[in-house]
Amino acid sequence: MARSVTTQRKAIYTIVAWGIGLLIFFPILWTILTSFKTEAVAIADPPVFLFFDWTLENYAVVQERSNYMRFLWNSVLLAGLSTLFGIIIAVPAAWSMAFVPSRRTKDILLWMLSTKMLPAVGVLYPIYLIFIKLGLLDSRAGLIIVLMLINLPIIVWMLYTYFREIPGEILEAARMDGASLRSEIIYVLTPMAIPGIASTLLLNFILAWNEAFWTLNLTAVNAAPLTAFIASYSSPEGLFFAKLSAASTMAIAPILILGWFSQKQLVRGLTFGAVK
Amino acid sequence: MATQHSRSAARLMMAPAVILLLGWMLVPLTMTLWFSFRNYFPLRPDREPGWAGFDNYVRFFSSSAFWPSVQTTLVIVGGVLLITIVLGILLAILLDQPMWGQGAVRILVIAPFFVMPTVSALVWKNMFMDPVNGLFAHLWRFFGAEPVVWLSDASLGSIIMIVSWQWLPFATLILLTAIQSLDGEQLEAAEMDGAPVHKRFVYIVLPHLARAITIVVLIQTIFLLSIFAEIFVTTGGAFGTRTLTYLIFQRVLESQNVGLGSAGGVYAIILANIVAIFLMRIVGKNLDA
Repeated sequence: MARSVTTQRKAIYTIVAWGIGLLIFFPILWTILTSFKTEAVAIADPPVFLFFDWTLENYAVVQERSNYMRFLWNSVLLAGLSTLFGIIIAVPAAWSMAFVPSRRTKDILLWMLSTKMLPAVGVLYPIYLIFIKLGLLDSRAGLIIVLMLINLPIIVWMLYTYFREIPGEILEAARMDGASLRSEIIYVLTPMAIPGIASTLLLNFILAWNEAFWTLNLTAVNAAPLTAFIASYSSPEGLFFAKLSAASTMAIAPILILGWFSQKQLVRGLTFGAVK
Repeated sequence: MATQHSRSAARLMMAPAVILLLGWMLVPLTMTLWFSFRNYFPLRPDREPGWAGFDNYVRFFSSSAFWPSVQTTLVIVGGVLLITIVLGILLAILLDQPMWGQGAVRILVIAPFFVMPTVSALVWKNMFMDPVNGLFAHLWRFFGAEPVVWLSDASLGSIIMIVSWQWLPFATLILLTAIQSLDGEQLEAAEMDGAPVHKRFVYIVLPHLARAITIVVLIQTIFLLSIFAEIFVTTGGAFGTRTLTYLIFQRVLESQNVGLGSAGGVYAIILANIVAIFLMRIVGKNLDA
């Protein structure tokens, strides 16, 4: 009796949750579906959901018209390199804060966090001017530096919260057993640190990929990533829903997949360890 | 425990990150402050650059666009916060219940957070809110109603909706994480004692979530104060959707009135800092624990 009640309850929760989940996901689903339609079918009234002639034509058109691959490559380079450099700079910093904390460690961490809260628009013109003076406008190098700097506080914080969970006793034990500093780092610390570094890498790659203030304002053609490429669709031209959908699907698909792997890290990374 | 040697090594290891962030903060900030006290029109050689004192601050503050932009900002931030927190709590509680395919539903709910802002804004603008071919227009016509021209007639509501869709996953995920740390026995005990659902929610669940809610509010506020792409590609600041961020962007880059825009930037920095102080307190307390 009791069992059947819980099963019934579970069924209701399942139906409601799936309904709401699909509703929230629907805009993404609809975009993906529309990308496989012809332009005429894309605006058909009543709308067509699944039963249409699926076509890959839009993907070909998008690539042909705008050299999609270059924007994609820019996105990969900007997000990848900015995150990589950020990690290289942040690992030693987070490391020393976690294992050799001083009275000022907390202040430094909070100060780093405060730089993340500086509204970008407040420093837009200075950065713009510096970019012009240094010839960095619309260059990949310039954007990689900016993206690295805006995510550096989050990277330091995430790594710090991961490193702090590594018990110091293990290091001492290794030292007692006569491990050299080199073998201590290679055999003891690195294996324990790698999962944390990997999650930090993943989340910050996503954040850099989706960043849309600096990438829109500091690029034109050469360094423009997918965020800017999509924005170029903001002025409509004839029938373009299917093409917009194809371009959008290509821009979000890689990140959606990566994102699903990073759910847990998302909470830790974006709340600065305040919620775990 | 730490020796003098390891301390100086630690300082050395921290140096690159600290120096870079210090430069990133101080250089542009100083420049913005400097510009804000000057008349500066880079594209207007006829207008002499010079010292302006507090003119820019006064003019930005008293311009007819200032208060509407503050109001728009507050409406958007407030609206999105209200929607994401309320729906986020309900969703988090729902997702915490036993069900089949919980992991899959979680993935569906979280997905919008990973969509880049320009994509979500454009997809909503065209495929849902287009007054002729959008899905909403189809739906309205199906029920015999006149389609709404969303982004001009209900512009603020439309933007709040788009941004809420993007941020609901974030609120849900954090609140869900918090709910999962709730002691189930406490709830069961309350249930046994005959406490009805709403009382259990108000006296046990909500207090437990208080900290997580505060954190969601603060973090979202900081990000929402500077939303840009969603307005850039939908209305371009027209139809009463010009936020403070967008107003400053227009002054600085579109009309190249750098002095005036920089004064606005200083206001925006002060505003963000007021919120940031509260957030840092909570995060700082957590560090001690």
